[in-house]
Amino acid sequence: MASRRMCSLLSHSLTSPTSSAALFSRGNIGRNIASPSRGISKYSTAAAIENPVDPPFEVKHTQLLINGQFVDAASGKSFPTLDPRTGDVIAHVAEGDAEDINRAVAAARKAFDEGPWPKMTAYERQRIVLRFADLIEKHNDELAALETWDSGKPYEQSAKVEVPMLTRLMRYYAGWADKIHGLTVPADGPYHVQTLHEPIGVVGQVTPWNFPLLMFAWKVGPALACGNTIVLKTAEQTPLSALFAANLLHEAGLPPGVLNVISGFGPTAGAPLASHMDVDKFAFTGSTKTGQVVHELASRSNLKPVTMELGGKSPFIVCEDADIDKAVELAHSALFFNQGQCCCAGSRTFVHERVYDEFVEKSKARALKRAVGDPFLKGIEQGPQVSNAQFEKILEYIKSGIESGATLESGGERLGNKGYYIKPTVFSNVKDDMLIAKDEIFGPVQSIFKYKDLDEVIRRANATLFGLAAGVFTENLDTANTLTRALRVGTVWVNCYNIFDAAIPVGGYKMSGHGREKGIYSLENYLQVKAVVTPLKNPAWL
Amino acid sequence: MASQNSDDSSASILVKNPTIKFTKLFINGEFVDSISGKTFETIDPRTGEVIAKIAEGDKEDVDLAVKAARQAFDHGTWPRLPGSERGRIMMKFADLIEENAEELAALETIDGGKLFSMNKAMDIPQAASSLRYYAGAADKIHGEVLKMSRELHGYTLQEPIGVVGHIIPWNFPSIMFSLKVSPALAAGCTMVVKPAEQTPLTALFYAHLAKLAGIPNGVLNVVSGLGSTAGSAISSHMDIDAVSFTGSTEVGRKILQAAAASNLKVVSLELGGKSPLIIFDDADVDMAADLALFGILYNKGEICVASSRVYVQEGIYEELVKKLVEKAKAWVVGDPFDPKVQQGPQVDKKQFEKILSYIEHGKREGATLLTGGKPLGEKGYFIEPTIFAEVKEEMLITKDEIFGPVMALAKFKTIEEAIKRANNTRYGLAAGIVTKDLNVANTVSRSIRAGTIWINCYFAFDNDIPFGGYKMSGFGKDFGLEALHKYLQVKSVVTPLYNTPWL
Repeated sequence: MASRRMCSLLSHSLTSPTSSAALFSRGNIGRNIASPSRGISKYSTAAAIENPVDPPFEVKHTQLLINGQFVDAASGKSFPTLDPRTGDVIAHVAEGDAEDINRAVAAARKAFDEGPWPKMTAYERQRIVLRFADLIEKHNDELAALETWDSGKPYEQSAKVEVPMLTRLMRYYAGWADKIHGLTVPADGPYHVQTLHEPIGVVGQVTPWNFPLLMFAWKVGPALACGNTIVLKTAEQTPLSALFAANLLHEAGLPPGVLNVISGFGPTAGAPLASHMDVDKFAFTGSTKTGQVVHELASRSNLKPVTMELGGKSPFIVCEDADIDKAVELAHSALFFNQGQCCCAGSRTFVHERVYDEFVEKSKARALKRAVGDPFLKGIEQGPQVSNAQFEKILEYIKSGIESGATLESGGERLGNKGYYIKPTVFSNVKDDMLIAKDEIFGPVQSIFKYKDLDEVIRRANATLFGLAAGVFTENLDTANTLTRALRVGTVWVNCYNIFDAAIPVGGYKMSGHGREKGIYSLENYLQVKAVVTPLKNPAWL
Repeated sequence: MASQNSDDSSASILVKNPTIKFTKLFINGEFVDSISGKTFETIDPRTGEVIAKIAEGDKEDVDLAVKAARQAFDHGTWPRLPGSERGRIMMKFADLIEENAEELAALETIDGGKLFSMNKAMDIPQAASSLRYYAGAADKIHGEVLKMSRELHGYTLQEPIGVVGHIIPWNFPSIMFSLKVSPALAAGCTMVVKPAEQTPLTALFYAHLAKLAGIPNGVLNVVSGLGSTAGSAISSHMDIDAVSFTGSTEVGRKILQAAAASNLKVVSLELGGKSPLIIFDDADVDMAADLALFGILYNKGEICVASSRVYVQEGIYEELVKKLVEKAKAWVVGDPFDPKVQQGPQVDKKQFEKILSYIEHGKREGATLLTGGKPLGEKGYFIEPTIFAEVKEEMLITKDEIFGPVMALAKFKTIEEAIKRANNTRYGLAAGIVTKDLNVANTVSRSIRAGTIWINCYFAFDNDIPFGGYKMSGFGKDFGLEALHKYLQVKSVVTPLYNTPWL
C-alpha cells in the first residue's frame, strides 16, 4: 500500500505544479509543508537552494551503538556527515573500525549464544518489533527530517512514504516471527525426518545511503524475526537515521547486543565485518564492485553465506500500443525517483520506433517541469545528490554521453552554485555501446533508446551484466507475458514501476546480486536448515 | 476432600459480578432485539440463578445477519482491503481485548463457571494472541505459480471463501470465538457467529470491541440463540458459503446434513473426543499423575481433548493409582472466583445431570470407583473429581464422551496392546504419551489415529499448531495457517504463452 502511495504521491505532486516559484523563508518547515496551496515550479529558484530550510530537529545520536549502549569509537575518531544541500557539516559521527567491529560482534555473539533473544518465544519477539513499529509511527516526522537532512531526498517522500513503509515492513516481519516452519520429510525407509529452521547466528549487514531507513528494515526486519543478532554498518554518507531507529528499537524492549550499529567506512569497518570469523552470515546492499570485494572477503575468511543486492541498469520497455502520456510519466518516475539514486532505476528507456518521437518530446517536457530544490520544501520532487563524489561522477557521465554523440534533450548540468543539485537530464538517440547505456549512473539521467520489434528489444534489454528489474508498458496480454518471462531480471513491473510492498521479493539476476530481500523469501537468508533423522521402530505408516 | 462450596466463596459472587452491558443481537454494526422479541435466560452455574435475559435470535434474525454479511462481502471494503490493513484493525481489536481482560474474564466466569484466574491468565490473553497471529498472517496469503506441461502460464489465487457461519461452544467461549473469527477475518471473509446459548455474554462483548477497533459494519455479526433454531438456520442457509462448528459429534452430524441438503456449503467440524493418555513404565510417576489428573480435570473436564481414558503400563500401575487418588482428593472444587479453587461448577444443569448419570452407569457396569462420584454442595452444579479404575473397553464410560471430571483408568501390558486399545474408539481428537523412550514415543505417535499427539505434555496448544480431529472427531483444523485455509478458496488462472524462453 505504502509503495503504491509512493507512485501516487509522485504523480499527484507532478500533476499540480503551480506557476509561481514560491519563496520559502528559513525556519519552520512544518509550516511550509502544511500549506498545500504553495508549490514549486521547475528548477526552484536559486534563492531556495542558496537559503536552505533549517531542519526542525536536532541530531541526538552520533555514537556507535554496541551492546545496547551508545559509545565512542575505540580510536576516538569521528567523521563529519554532510548536508548535501550545502556540503556543510550536520554532525560529527563516531567512526568505527576493526576494533569496534570486534566489540560489536562479541556483543552480538554473546546475545546470540547466551540469549535471551533466540531463546525468547516468537510471540515475545513479535511484540517487541510491533512496539518498535508503534514508536516509529510516533517519531515519524523526526525520523523523516533526519533522513532528508542526511541524504537530500524530498521530505514529503521521507515522511509520507519511506518512514511509513519502515513501520509497515517491521509489522510485516513481526508477523513472520511465529510462522517460521520447518518440514517433516518423507524417508525411503523407516526413519522419522524433520527439518528445523534455526536462526543462522550473528549477522553482519551493510546498508547503502540511498534509502537508509528502508534498507535498515529490509536487513534488520527478517534477521530479527528469525531470532538472529546483528552488527549493522551504515553508509558513511547517511549514518544518522539508523542510530535513531536502533535507539527506538531498544526502547521497545530489544535486549542489548541484539542489534549493534557501527557508523564508518567500507574499507575500515565494512571489510572487517565481512571477513570476521565470528560472523555467520553477511548481507550487503550497494555497488556491484563492492559486492565483489565483500564476496571475496567472506569466502577468504569463514565462507559465510552472502546476500547481495547490487547495481542495475534496468530496462523500461514502452511498446507500440502504450498510452504515451502514461508511459512518459511512468518512465520519468522510474528513473528520476529519489534523484535517480535507485538500484532499480529504469535507466534504459526502450521505446518502440512508432511512438519514439512523441515519447522523446514529452519526456523532455516532463523533465523540464520537474521540481528540483530544497528537499524540505513542499512540492519538491528532486533534492540534491547525496554527496560530492556522486555529484561529480554523474556530471562525468553526462559529459561522456554528450561526447559519445547522444542527443541531450534537457538538463546536463548542475543547478545553482551550492550543494549537489543536478538538472533532470534526458538523452535521446542513445546507442547500446555508449558508456551511459552500459554503466549504472545512479543519478537523474534518463537514456532513451529506439527499437523495432519484440525479439530485438528482448535481446538488447538482456545484453547487460545486470539483472535487477524491468518495466514493461503494454496493454497486450501476450506481449506482457512474453516479455515477463524473457527478461532476465529479478522483478518485472508491468504497467507500473517501483512497487515495493513488504511481501514482494526483490533481488537480482546476474551481477545484480544473490538472494532475495522482503517477502517470505527473505527469511531464507537468515535461517539455517537442520535435518533431523531418527529410525522408527515398527511405524504404522511411512 | 478440600472440595467445597464454602460461604466465603459465595460472598465473592456478589463482589465480583460484572455489569452485563450487551444482551442483544449484533447485526450490521448495531445491537438489536430479535425480530420475534423473544429472549432466553443465561444462568450462573454457581447458583443456577439468572444472570441476564438475552435476545433470542432465530431464522429471521440469522437471515438479517447473513444479508448484512453478504452485503459486506459482496460490496463492502473488508475483502477489498490489503491484508496489511485488515491486520492493523485486528491488532487494534487484540489490544482492546487486552484492555478489557478483567471484565471479560469475569463475564466468562459467571456465564461458564470457568476459573476467573485462568480466564485472566490464559483464555482472554489467548483470544488476543490468536487475533495477533492471524493479523500477522493476513498479509502472507500466498497462491502459487504453477508448473505447466505446455505453453501455459498458470497460477492460483487464494480468495476469501465469502460469508462464513461460526457456531461455537460454551466450554471456551473466548478462545473459540477468537479461533474461529480471527482466521476468517484475516482471509477477508464476513461472518455470522452463533455463540452457545449457555455462554453468550463474551461473544456479544467482543462484537462491541470489534466495532470499536474499526471492523466495518456487517463483517462480524453475532446472533445469540439456540442450536435448533439459530444454529440450524445458519447451517442450512443458502447464502452462507462455509460453516465452522465446534461442539458435539451428534450436532456436527446434523450440521453436515443441513449443509448437504441446502447449498453444499463447506463444513469444518471440531467435535467430540475420548482421548487416551498412555503412561509407560519408564515414566516419572509424579509427572505422569499430574498430567493425567490435569488432563481430565482442567476446565471441569469440559474440554474436547480431555484425557478421559488413561492407560497405565502394569509396572507402575499401583504406584500411579495411589498418587492419582491422593492428588484428586487434594483437588479444590469451589467458587471459580476464588484463586485457590481449581475446579468450578459444570456449565449447566443438563451437563451436570448427564455427568452424574454416566457416573451411575460406571458403577452399575462394574468399574471400580476410586474417588469422587458425587455432586458437591447444595447449590450450583459442582461435581467431585471422579476416577474409575479397571474399566473395560465395552463400558459406556470408556466409550462415550462424558465431558466432565470423570477419568476412566485401565492397565495395559505391551505397547501393541496400548496402541490397539487407544485406537479402539470412534473418536480421534488427541492423545498423550508419557515415556522417556524415544522409540516408544515415535512408534506410538504414528500409530495413534488422532489429530494431536502430546508427548510428555498435555493441552500444549499454540497459535501455530493446527488442531482438529481424525475419524468422528471431525475434519478441518483450527489454529495454525491450516485454519486460515479453511476460509480461503483456491482459484486457478490459466492463459496461453507464446514464444516463452522457458517452461
